[in-house]
Amino acid sequence: MEAVRVFRTRGMLAQLCHNARCFRLLSTLTAGNKRQKLQDSMTRPRVGFFYKTVMICKAHLNTASSTLDSSEIKKFQALANKWWDQHGEFAALHSMNDLRVPFVRDNLLNLNGGRKSGFPLSGYKILDVGCGGGVLSEPLARLGACITGIDPVEDSIKTAQLHQSFDPFLDKHIHYKACALEDITEEAMETFDGVVASEVVEHVSNVESFIKCCHKILKPEASLFITTINKTKLSYVFGILVAENMLKLLPKGTHEWEKFISPVELERIMESNGFSVKSIKGMLYNPISGLWSWIDSTAINYAIHAVKEKVPPEPDYCRSEDKDQPEDRT
Amino acid sequence: MVICSRAIVMSFIPSGLLVVRGLWGRPSMLSLPWAVKRRLVCLASHSVEGQVEGEVYDVIISGGGMVGTAMACSLGFDPNLEGKKILLLEAGGKKTFDSVHQDYGTRVSSINLGSATLLSAVGAWDHILNMRCKPFKRMQVWDACSDALITFDKGNLEDEMGYVVENDVIVAALTKQLDSLKGQVQVRYRSRVVKYTWPPPYHVAERSPWVQVELANGQQLQTKLLIGADGPNSMVRRTAGIRTIQWNYDQSAVVAVLHLSEPTENNVAWQRFLPSGPIAMLPLSDSASSLVWSTSHQHAEDLLSLDEETFTDAVNSAFWSNEYHSDLIDTAGSVFRSALSLLIPYGSSPRQLPPSVAGIGPQSRATFPLGVGHASEYICHRGALIGDAAHRVHPLAGQGVNLGFGDVVCLTQHLSKAAFDGKDLGSTPHLLEYETDRQRHNLPMMAAIDAMKRLYSTKMAPFVLLRTLGLQATNAISPLKDQIVAFASK
Repeated sequence: MEAVRVFRTRGMLAQLCHNARCFRLLSTLTAGNKRQKLQDSMTRPRVGFFYKTVMICKAHLNTASSTLDSSEIKKFQALANKWWDQHGEFAALHSMNDLRVPFVRDNLLNLNGGRKSGFPLSGYKILDVGCGGGVLSEPLARLGACITGIDPVEDSIKTAQLHQSFDPFLDKHIHYKACALEDITEEAMETFDGVVASEVVEHVSNVESFIKCCHKILKPEASLFITTINKTKLSYVFGILVAENMLKLLPKGTHEWEKFISPVELERIMESNGFSVKSIKGMLYNPISGLWSWIDSTAINYAIHAVKEKVPPEPDYCRSEDKDQPEDRT
Repeated sequence: MVICSRAIVMSFIPSGLLVVRGLWGRPSMLSLPWAVKRRLVCLASHSVEGQVEGEVYDVIISGGGMVGTAMACSLGFDPNLEGKKILLLEAGGKKTFDSVHQDYGTRVSSINLGSATLLSAVGAWDHILNMRCKPFKRMQVWDACSDALITFDKGNLEDEMGYVVENDVIVAALTKQLDSLKGQVQVRYRSRVVKYTWPPPYHVAERSPWVQVELANGQQLQTKLLIGADGPNSMVRRTAGIRTIQWNYDQSAVVAVLHLSEPTENNVAWQRFLPSGPIAMLPLSDSASSLVWSTSHQHAEDLLSLDEETFTDAVNSAFWSNEYHSDLIDTAGSVFRSALSLLIPYGSSPRQLPPSVAGIGPQSRATFPLGVGHASEYICHRGALIGDAAHRVHPLAGQGVNLGFGDVVCLTQHLSKAAFDGKDLGSTPHLLEYETDRQRHNLPMMAAIDAMKRLYSTKMAPFVLLRTLGLQATNAISPLKDQIVAFASK
C-alpha cells in the first residue's frame, strides 16, 4: 500500500503541475521530480518500472490507501461503476472500442486470411497490456480470441475479473493478471499472436524498453497494435486542457504532455527494434455525439499497427527503405 | 428543453404529434438527464432478490408468433451470430405443415415485397409457395360517400404488388426453417413466462447483470438480451416499465372466408371506406377471398349472429350500394374529375366492382377488437421490442405484420454488426440505433393510417368533399402513388 501512497502523492503533484500557468516550467519541474521518484522506486520489488504513471491515473480511483476490509467492497462497487458505466468517466474509452476492435480484428484477419463467422478471432492468443477494467479485452474475447489482460493496478484487475465472472463464455476466454509487462516477458517468450497496448504508451517512461518487451513476447510475423496521443500543440489543447479541465471527459491528471509521443518517433523506435509498421491512422473524438472517427491527420490521437519481422533486428539504427507507409489500411 | 418537449408530446393523443416525438431520435449526450430518468424507472420495477442461478443465453425471444419466429430464424441464419445461444419461448404448441387445414384459415395477412424478401432470405418463402399463397397485382380503394377512388398497381400488370398469405401458413413455414437450425436456435413450446426480472442499468457487484426469466414450470433462465415479440399486451414491455400511448378504436374487425359466385382471375385487393369503417376483400384463390370488415362493436356482433345468406347479402351490399352518395358531392366530384382529365389525360381509371359473394366458409366468421398503440421506447437496457409489442395499427392498410417484419430485418442487422464488433448484445448504443431507425419509419406510417381512419369515419359534407377531391387528385398523380407504394413496401 506504500506504493499506492507514493504514487498518489505523485498523482497529486501531477494535478498541480497541470494547473500551473507556465507550461515550460511545469515540464522541467516534473522532469526533475520524475527522475528522483524513478530512482527511489528502482528498489521496489514487484512493481513495474514502466507503469508508474499508469498507477498515477488509476490511483485517483482508489479512495483509501491502507483501508479496512469492509470498505473494499464499496471501493469495488465504485470502481465497477466507473469502469463499466458507459456514460460515466470512461465513456470515451468505451466508445473508442468502435474503432479499436475493428482495427485489431480487420488487420489480424487481413494478414492471416480470416474467415467470417461467429468467432473470427478464434485461435488467436492476444495480450492486452494495461487492460484496466477489461474494456477492450471483453470485445476481443467475444470474437473468439484467447485474451490475457495485464495491468499493474490490482483493483482494476479485480474489477475486470468480477465483471467477467458472470459470463461463462468470457470466463473461458479471458485470463487477467495483476502485473507489469516485464514480469511476464521471461515466461512468455514468443507466445502471443498479437499485443494490444491501447492508451498505455503515453503513460510509459521508457518506450523503447516497452517495445523491446513486446518484441520478445510476440511470435514472428505477429502484430502489435498501439493507440496513443501525439505530442503536438493541438494535442495539449484538446487532449489535456479541453478533455480534462473543461469538458471533464477524463479524470484530471490522467495525461502528461511530456509523455506523449509522435507517430514518427514511435515508428522510428519500432522499426529499429524489429517491427515493420503497416499502418498509422488518426482518430478524432466528438464530445457532442460521444463517437470516435478515423481521420487523416494524426495530430491528436492515432493508432499504429506493426508486424514483428521474421529476421532478427540489426543492432545499428536503420530505417526501412519504404518510407511511404500506407495511411489507410482499408 | 428536450425533456419538456417529450413530456408534452407523450401526454397528447393526436397522431400528428407522435411523428414529432419519434423523429427526434435519442442523441447520446443531450439525453443524459433523460437517461437518468430512465434508470430510475428501470430501478423502480426491480425486485431486490439475490442472484439467481440459471442457464445463460445470448438472446431469448419471448413470443413465437409470425414476428417472433421470423426473428429467431433471422438470427439463426446470420453468419455473425453463429455460435451464439438463442432461445425462442412460445406459450402455445408447435404449428407444423400437417396441421394447416384444407380449409382456409380466417386470419390472413397481406405481405409486402419487403417482408417477402425477408421470408425468402430465411428460406421460408419456398415453403409458403408450396403451401398456399396468392399474389395480387392491383389494389382499388374507394369511398362509399362519393365516386372517388384510387388504384395502385405496378404499371404493367405483370409485377406483383404483394401477397395474401394465411397467418398459420407463415408460422408453419418459419417453424419448418427453425427445425433445420436445431443446433443454433433452441425452441421451447408450451413455455409460458410468469416473471421477468430486469437488471440495473449498470453493473452492481452482487447482482447478476442478466435478465432473469422465470417459466411457469419453475425453471429459471438468464439472458443477455431479451426480445419481446409477445403481442399488443406485451408482458416484456410492461415489466420493463416502458410507457405505451394507446387507445381503443370503438371498432371490431369481422373476418371470414368468402366463396365467390364464379371463379375469376382474382388478383385485385378491394377496400371500400364506409362511414362505419372500411370493408376489405383480399384474394385467397380464384374462387375464394378473405373478408376484413371493421365496424362498430354492436354491428360486428349482429353480423356474427346473422345466418349465412343474410351475411352474404350484407357483404355484397356494403361493396355495391350507393346509399351514402349525395348529389352535391357527386357533382363536385365529376366536375373535378373532368378538370383533372384535361390536365392529366391518363390520370383517371374506371371504377370496377369487386366480384360478388355467394357464400362463406363453414364456421369461418370471427371478430376481434381494434386499437392503436405505440410504445414510447422500443428498447431498454438488455431489452428490445418488435412487432405488435412495439406498435399496433388498424388493419385498413394491411401493414401490421409488415411493420413487424421490418423490425426483424433492422434489429438483425444491428445485432449482427454489434456481434462482429464484439459488443455485448444487450448494451444500449446499438439498440438505440435500431429504435431510431424503426421509429422514423413506423411513426409516419402509423400517423397516416390513424389520420385516414379518422378522415373516412365521417359523413359530414365538408370532409367528404375534401377527401373526394384529395383522393381523385392523388389518383391522377402517378409519381405520388409510386412513392406511396414504395413507402408501404419497405
